[in-house]
Amino acid sequence: MSQAVQEANAMEAHTVEAPRPSPENWEPLILAFACHYCAFGAADLAGVMRLSYSPNVSVIRLPCTGKLDHSYILRAFERGVDGVFVAG
Amino acid sequence: MANKNVGAVMVVGGGIAGIGAALDLADSGYFVYLVEKSPGIGGTMAQLDKTFPTNDCAMCILSPKLVECGRHLNIELLTLSEVTSVTGSAGDFTVEVLKRARYIDPDKCIACGSCTEKCPRKADSEFDAGMGKRKAAYIKYAQTVPLKYVIDGSQCIYIQKGRCKACEKFCPTGAINFEDKDETLTFHVGSVILAPGFSTFDPKPFDFFGYGRIPDLVTSLEYERLLSANGPCMGHLVRPSDHREPKKIAWIQCVGSRSTNRCNNTYCSSVCCMYALKQALVTSEHLTGGNAELSIFYMDMRSHGKEFERVYETAKQKGVRFVRARPHTILPGRSDLGLSMVYATEQGEQINESFDMAILSVGLEAPPDAQNICKMLGIEQNKFRFVKTSCLDPVKTSREGIYATGVITGPKDIPQAVVESSAAAAQSARSLADVRGTLAKKKQYPPELDVLGQDPRIGVFVCSCGINIAGTVDVKAVTEYAKTLPGVVFAENNLFTCSTDTQKLISQIIRENNLNRVVIAACTPRTHEPMFQDTLKESGLNGYLVEMANIRNQNSWVHQSEPQKATAKAKKQVAMAVAQVAGSRPLANITVEVVPRALVVGGGLAGLVTSLTLADQGFETVLVEKEQKLGGNALHINTTWQGEPVGGFLADLIKKVENHPKISVSKQTSILSATGSVGHFSTSISVNGQSSSVDHGIAVFATGGQESRPEEYLYGQDSRVHTHLEFDALLAGGDAVDKAQSFAFIQCVGSREPQRPYCSRVCCTHTVKGAIAVRKKNPDSSVFVFYRDIRTYGEREDLYTEARNLGVIFVRYSLDSKPQVFVEDGALYIKAMDHVLQMPIQLEVDHLVLAAAIVPRQENQGLVDLYKCGLNADGFLNEAHPKLRPVDMSVEGLFIAGLCHYPKPVEESIAQAQAAASRAAVVLSKKTLMLSGKISKHNRDICMSCLACFRACPYGSPFIDKDGRVSHNEVKCTGCGICAGVCPAKAFQVENYRDDQILAMVDSYTKDLWENAPAR
Repeated sequence: MSQAVQEANAMEAHTVEAPRPSPENWEPLILAFACHYCAFGAADLAGVMRLSYSPNVSVIRLPCTGKLDHSYILRAFERGVDGVFVAG
Repeated sequence: MANKNVGAVMVVGGGIAGIGAALDLADSGYFVYLVEKSPGIGGTMAQLDKTFPTNDCAMCILSPKLVECGRHLNIELLTLSEVTSVTGSAGDFTVEVLKRARYIDPDKCIACGSCTEKCPRKADSEFDAGMGKRKAAYIKYAQTVPLKYVIDGSQCIYIQKGRCKACEKFCPTGAINFEDKDETLTFHVGSVILAPGFSTFDPKPFDFFGYGRIPDLVTSLEYERLLSANGPCMGHLVRPSDHREPKKIAWIQCVGSRSTNRCNNTYCSSVCCMYALKQALVTSEHLTGGNAELSIFYMDMRSHGKEFERVYETAKQKGVRFVRARPHTILPGRSDLGLSMVYATEQGEQINESFDMAILSVGLEAPPDAQNICKMLGIEQNKFRFVKTSCLDPVKTSREGIYATGVITGPKDIPQAVVESSAAAAQSARSLADVRGTLAKKKQYPPELDVLGQDPRIGVFVCSCGINIAGTVDVKAVTEYAKTLPGVVFAENNLFTCSTDTQKLISQIIRENNLNRVVIAACTPRTHEPMFQDTLKESGLNGYLVEMANIRNQNSWVHQSEPQKATAKAKKQVAMAVAQVAGSRPLANITVEVVPRALVVGGGLAGLVTSLTLADQGFETVLVEKEQKLGGNALHINTTWQGEPVGGFLADLIKKVENHPKISVSKQTSILSATGSVGHFSTSISVNGQSSSVDHGIAVFATGGQESRPEEYLYGQDSRVHTHLEFDALLAGGDAVDKAQSFAFIQCVGSREPQRPYCSRVCCTHTVKGAIAVRKKNPDSSVFVFYRDIRTYGEREDLYTEARNLGVIFVRYSLDSKPQVFVEDGALYIKAMDHVLQMPIQLEVDHLVLAAAIVPRQENQGLVDLYKCGLNADGFLNEAHPKLRPVDMSVEGLFIAGLCHYPKPVEESIAQAQAAASRAAVVLSKKTLMLSGKISKHNRDICMSCLACFRACPYGSPFIDKDGRVSHNEVKCTGCGICAGVCPAKAFQVENYRDDQILAMVDSYTKDLWENAPAR
């Protein structure tokens, strides 16, 4: 490996956060975007059927997932959510 | 008229056919009583997992219709009810209905499910076709409408034995009422539509199947429940014996159909081939590991509908094995696991094969009480106990004013039932045209307060839903938290926010506190938002100023074991709803003035029937036809399959249309251009070279199709080779048939070929009808039919049986060994392989009839270009949805009927034509259309006209305006927001889902994280 490449790699290691191991009992915070007509309805049905899932996810209803904008996802990550789930 | 007509209609049966008829009528100015025997509407369709040919989830497409029926101002649902007598006559019937005790007061029931949870009594679930259990206190299924629980008196321990009452003890609203009694109610209606559905054939009494003794042998309806996500296995397929996933599965077709020896169901049930194909394809997706071995044992594969043949081809490609055999013996497997079947191959070899599981593709029958219903109504049945109808008036029964739709008039699939339900609605409306709107209710609201520009004054109502929410979420804490949120000036907790009392209270609080926005933290907006919007409107606020936080279905019900986290999440949900509603603006619904005129394109049978059905209801109709003469293909058809002569009927129809004061007929007319959208289209037409313009509220396309010109079998080269229509002319006149000795028919000429991969649907029936006519006219002649699969679906199967009884010989061929037709010494010969003899045969014939494919007209492309509607790959005009919107097109206000949609026989064309008139009447019966205000708004000032929206919009609402820039036709917009998603300039914003509102929700969700984040 040339020295230039090694230097570039070293620089990148500084600028891009390396994945860190998640602490014990850590729970990700998740934001979901769901289509009113299908996924939001499915989430409702999960309730009617008394299924169970973790409370660390909340749903934002969209009229269609085609309505999703990049800015929603970027803003969510910028402000600290750990995952975005788009369902539609 | 002696008696006065009544502007209400009773629909008997709450399956998809009844629902369709009820919605059409209620949407076009009639009051509808929808009578359903069971505790909830939805019928058999609700029990299905998927629907062919698209494999759409049945519940997902049905459920919106159920909800619409449930909350329609002009539909009164009468569940647990049966009609006991109908007296009077068309226009003014008196109907008595027996309404059975529900034992739960539907006005108090909040569908929390406590009664079911506490009920100790289990019973077989009818909804799960006996594959699962329910309680004595239960709901039919999770999405049922009305969403009200019921106690089954025959199972309830208290009602039977006088002790228990567990449900009463735990019901949070005191809805249980053991004193409830059956009652008889009386209604006055102008017409009755009968849609009681069907029952599936019960194989139990027929011992040779082994059904009932072999655990892993189930009926197709039971299998449907096993596949279904809301079924007993929750969508994870296991076989009944050992609850393990089956790998090798067989379907046995024609169980209780096409059967003379075992039962009297000699008809074909019309849907089983397709549902077996669907189940096989769905099964292959369900099974893990992908090494499923799926086999279908069949007689003829009948995939005769639109896009059906492609499903058959897909199944073949995916490795489903098709065996042309009828297993004669089914035996239990070792230790009752699986089963083995004995069948004979076409080569005569006997095979004994084991399977993990098998499905009996059971046929459709008239329901057991069909006889009683028909007797009570005084209407005739046919020999199969189905309601007798004519091909020329397919939904009319023998009693004036009573119509029938769905499987009660013969086996059919969902789209055909939906078509007929609209046809029945049209015929009802036609007979009651003078009383449209007389009984329909209309809601009045106080004038709306102007709150635009005011700072948000938000009221938050947190629902306990009895203990449904409060049992998990700390609602008091959520209410207190809500008070701290920006813009919130009022918050309170209610036991049941949806109760009538609370609605009044909310109204009062809105007025007293000058609230201008409301958040309801309760259940799902999908069912309750319209109700709360209504409460706002009654309080003088714009209905769009309410948002819901779903803290029940999406919180307390799914996080029962984690109350603290559930409470924290509920707070976030409320905060998000508050953030969203703070940005909401009052929205005006868009109103469109409806031009009270219909344009019908095409003057064939379908176009004529649509025009007359519309005009008889008082709607002005312009009928345009490109030829000099009305009548289209029907001019060349001698009789329907039931033998009714078409000629006289057609002549009478043309006369009525041409003389109708509401219809203007324009022949030799073509369409030049079109603009506009639902309610107001403008089409310019050219009549004999003279152009003029027609304004119309809707349009019906009935452009027809045509018999293709075959390119094989010496057609056009030898005068003894004819198409069906040419041969019909020979049959009708002259002595050509009497003089000849031998006749042959070749099926699928140009159909089901790689270049035209669809079945032309009508040719098999046409052929057997022709073959019978020949044998009857000339009993000494010999008649051969060369076919691939005989597709005489439904009761048409009787003609196939009759043809065989008359000595017509059927010889099967396959696509890779087609019959050869040649001339030798002036004689016409056919050479083919006989599937019974397993030897080649050669015969000389005097006449050869080719069942030529039915093809769409080239003009369809022109309509697509002008009106932005769609064609399928075969060139037929496309419906909005193959199952539930078979007459509407994807563009609102456009409808289709007849051959331009797909090849179909006379009775189906007439039904679809009447249906188109019904769908059209939904628009034409209104002076103005009210369209939702929650749509995409376009800011032309920042738009770059990049056309991203123009390409992405499924509804064609963005358009290029006269300046060559993008403008937006809001009338076509449904508010899906795809335009907003793709627009790089963000010139499109969907009202109340605007980017700033969604980002405010994201910010509110992440507020703690953001504020507590370590400094970077």
